[in-house]
Amino acid sequence: MTYTSLSLTLIFVLIPIILSRTLKLGLEKDTTIATIRSIIQLLAVGYVLKFVFDAHSFIYMIVMILLMILTATLNARKKGKAIKGITWKIATTLIIIEVVTQGILLGFKIVPATAQYIIPISGMLIGNSMVLSILFLNRFTAEIESGRDQIELILSLGGTPKQAVHHQLKTAIRASMIPTIESQKTIGLVQLPGMMSGQIIGGADPVQAVQFQLLIIFALLTTAALSSVFIGFLSYPTLFNERMQLIEISKT
Amino acid sequence: MKHTYTSAIQFNNICFEIDRVPILNNISGSFYEEQITTLVGPSGAGKTTLLKMCNGLISPTSGEVFIESISIDSIAPTTLRKNIGIVLQNAPIIHGTVFENIALPFSLQEKKLTEKEAILFLEAVGLDHTFLYRRASDLSGGQKQKISIARSLVNKPKVLLLDEITSALDPASVSEIEQLILKINQEFQVTIVWITHNIEQAKRIGDFTWILMEGRLLESGESSILSTSTNEQIQLFAKGVHSK
Ligand SMILES: Nc1ncnc2c1ncn2[C@@H]1O[C@H](COP(=O)(O)OP(=O)(O)OP(=O)(O)O)[C@@H](O)[C@H]1O
Ligand SMILES: [Mg+2]
Repeated sequence: MTYTSLSLTLIFVLIPIILSRTLKLGLEKDTTIATIRSIIQLLAVGYVLKFVFDAHSFIYMIVMILLMILTATLNARKKGKAIKGITWKIATTLIIIEVVTQGILLGFKIVPATAQYIIPISGMLIGNSMVLSILFLNRFTAEIESGRDQIELILSLGGTPKQAVHHQLKTAIRASMIPTIESQKTIGLVQLPGMMSGQIIGGADPVQAVQFQLLIIFALLTTAALSSVFIGFLSYPTLFNERMQLIEISKT
Repeated sequence: MKHTYTSAIQFNNICFEIDRVPILNNISGSFYEEQITTLVGPSGAGKTTLLKMCNGLISPTSGEVFIESISIDSIAPTTLRKNIGIVLQNAPIIHGTVFENIALPFSLQEKKLTEKEAILFLEAVGLDHTFLYRRASDLSGGQKQKISIARSLVNKPKVLLLDEITSALDPASVSEIEQLILKINQEFQVTIVWITHNIEQAKRIGDFTWILMEGRLLESGESSILSTSTNEQIQLFAKGVHSK
């Protein structure tokens, strides 16, 4: 694609801004910021990727993955402010997910151990895990708030904190995983997944593109399950003190 | 006949605050073993707060609670809560059937309550076996209260804390529950602490009474103080007049 044609794609940005202006949706500023951010971020990533690929350095690749994890953590933790130490809990979860998924992919030689594969796949999995964590934390804190009476009841009968939040934990884990599972049921029927589309447009063989897409969606199932389960089990103990009392969660 | 009473639960200078707001103020005294103590006082006086403290659901900001002369903090919370049962004010229930609710204290300990045993607990509170497999969330407020009471008996606690357990019941059920609690107290020597808004009920069933107002223990003693106290605030409260 030429830079002239790329510039022309900004028409797609102008349409929502004009609509927002005329209908007074108040979204002009956000749309503009989002556009500028995506241009800068993606261009930067493009150049960084080019640099990392050309350098053939393992260290650069690790640094890049750690940066992804850091960014994802900072994004997701906003939803879990009520939970003590949520930052390192999310970071731990993301690191575990990265290690487990790459361990399987590289360990079984499913994909070649090069930055070209590892970085984009890590990006997709970490990104999905971040979204999952946000979904989970949103739901979990809401469930705890509305379930205080039941939690207190179970504690009052001699139940442990884990027993007391079991229902809320299960509900939140299920609720955060369902979108991932549901979206896979209709995958390809209406919209082609982004990665696959990209590969096809880039000239790859559609069947090979599909194979990679399958790899991703299966891996996404693992990340979905692992993220919510890990964050859940790391978070719930902080809702209680050492006397097994439910701590008031401060609203943010 | 002169009794000497042993403390089942003893408070030493209890204060409790939430976000620096005092809720309980320097409370000292004892709930006596094998006796029925009623807790009365206006809404917001701190009755529920005091009761939850006995079951370890909250801890005092300062002061100490003793259970049979043992500091409450040295008892494992789960042990404490199995021995000191509580029927919470709003009769919370868990998702599932009446049976699952009644069996909850056992299932938390990985023990099984048989259907037969569950029916006995149901019958004790005046409900029959047809309730066993009904969805607990579909029950009326009064029925939920009864389920809550039945459930609190499953652990066979030595002390039973009751928070307004008859507020949603019809007069016949009230008297049925009162008889049940009296029986548990007399036959099984269970210590009872009973919060009630009903002064007549407090006089009727209580051996002792504590009168709480605005986080303070205004007066405590034999239930007759509800009629004989010379404290003007208590006289007004007992007559059902607001003192402010
Ligand atoms: N979690 C909490 N956060 C803030 N305030 C609280 C909390 N729990 C209790 N309080 C306050 O403490 C005071 C005492 O409450 P408590 O529930 O003990 O009163 P009560 O005597 O049981 O009243 P009622 O007869 O209406 O049940 C009230 O003013 C209440 O608003
Ligand atoms: Mg109360």
